[in-house]
Amino acid sequence: MSIYLPIAEISVNVFVLLAMGAAVGFLSGMFGVGGGFLITPLLIFYNIPPAIAVATGANQVIASSFSGALSHMKRGTLDFKLGGVLLAGGVVGSTVGIWVFSLLRSIGQLDLFISLLYVVMLGTVGGLMFYESVNAIRATRSGAAPTLKKSGQHNWIHRLPLKMRFRASKLFVSVIPIIALGAAIGFLSSIMGVGGGFIMVPALIYLLRVPTNVVIGTSLFQIIFTSAYTTLVHATTNQTVDAMLAFLLMVGGVAGAQYGVKAGQRLRGEQLRALLAMLVLAVAIRLAIDLFVTPPNIYSLSVPGAG
Amino acid sequence: MRTAAMATLLALAISLPAAAAHAQATHDEGIQIGLSTDAVSITAGFSGADLTIFGSLEDADPQIARQGRYDVIVVLEGPARPVVVRRKDRVLGVWINLESEQFDNVPVSYSVASTRPFQDITQPDSYKQLSLGAGNIYMQPADPESPPATIAEFTKALRQRKAATGLYSENVGGVQFLSQNLFRATVRLAPDVPVGTHKARAFLFKNGVFVKESSAQLEIRKSGFEQAVFRLAHNHGFFYGFLSVSLAMLTGWMGRIVFRKD
Repeated sequence: MSIYLPIAEISVNVFVLLAMGAAVGFLSGMFGVGGGFLITPLLIFYNIPPAIAVATGANQVIASSFSGALSHMKRGTLDFKLGGVLLAGGVVGSTVGIWVFSLLRSIGQLDLFISLLYVVMLGTVGGLMFYESVNAIRATRSGAAPTLKKSGQHNWIHRLPLKMRFRASKLFVSVIPIIALGAAIGFLSSIMGVGGGFIMVPALIYLLRVPTNVVIGTSLFQIIFTSAYTTLVHATTNQTVDAMLAFLLMVGGVAGAQYGVKAGQRLRGEQLRALLAMLVLAVAIRLAIDLFVTPPNIYSLSVPGAG
Repeated sequence: MRTAAMATLLALAISLPAAAAHAQATHDEGIQIGLSTDAVSITAGFSGADLTIFGSLEDADPQIARQGRYDVIVVLEGPARPVVVRRKDRVLGVWINLESEQFDNVPVSYSVASTRPFQDITQPDSYKQLSLGAGNIYMQPADPESPPATIAEFTKALRQRKAATGLYSENVGGVQFLSQNLFRATVRLAPDVPVGTHKARAFLFKNGVFVKESSAQLEIRKSGFEQAVFRLAHNHGFFYGFLSVSLAMLTGWMGRIVFRKD
């Protein structure tokens, strides 16, 4: 059954989109990430124009992070204050990102930039995560106790000025790295159509030493607002949000996520991280291949002043 | 065949005053087309369609018609819009959009249907004169200073891309005579056919010589819901974005209710 997308102006198969949403939802439930980094490339592989894939991806991410944040709020594992500061940075980052997005679109380099950013970000995060999780798996195999990050251990980040206390996270830290992190995530969110959970979660854990149980809830909380802001600005300046497309993906995604969570509970943490790392690396490699392999068509058509 | 046709024309011109006496020889052919509807709506289930256009010949010579020497070409041309053609080139191993050329007033879609293969109907020159056929539409470069070789290359690429996506299509044999005077043309509407005013034109050829042309207009638009969404997104972007965000939150919340576990 095909459906005509009013903004993308093409017809697509409903079941392909639902299945795509469900598959990504399953993975995002399993690994606790928003799934935007999978949805946007998948949409691009499915011939949705990249500009629309990005803006719609941001819209779709809201649904999964909103339902996730709700359950974390109930369990009290959400630091509103930390989320708020991250958000302040996020708004600045998104605004810059959308400006860059429009600029790249008008000079015809948007697709390249999106792909490059994906390859670099996913390659780095996937590589680091894979390295870390394989080491952890080896350590458990050899019988050694898993190395826990010692709290109270300080790095250069903790010597920066403008300190602020975050009770729920049991943290007393400078706001500068938090705002910078928020801005970086906001920037990526508007250009890549991702929530940024796959960068936010490790950054909060390893750089700011936020307790792991608070990290996911807080990250989801800030992602709702960053992606909502990104969606709004894309809708206003670029008119590239396809609500119909986003809705189909959400429906599949929300359903898939429930089964993903159950599947995720059967696996151990480091195994889960190794799997996620492989998935992230696979997407990065697939996108990298497209950059280097001779394209079937070296010519492309577009509307002047837009993608 | 062409010289023969010219001779016939000459003969006609000479014998004009005596037209009444040679009624069967002086046919003043005309062509008319009619669309069953003046608007086509694209609904949610739209995945391309065949559009049928009916037409008739007026004052056709029954003898020529019997011998099948009348040919009809029907064109459905979409609205003209500017287009940028970009070419990817390899830089440090990576494929990057480098050169580009902008064209003004390129028909977004161009579907042709004909009674017979194009080369059998008339000479390439007459197609050029009529700017008939996807290969003969004049594409106006936005920058006339560009080297002609570049313009030619990008024009060719533009036509090829349009043909590959089905927006420029040819349907040889798509025009069929139902009777001596009545014909039916089937032109293909691509799944991503642009909305706007399309122009249907029918060209009549007799013995390989262009005789007459007739045209009609067709409005292609999105149906109620799709149109409303599109309009909202373009005219009230912020409100549309706000609705999209609310829809996402609502879906997320509903998902939690349906699959509640805690």
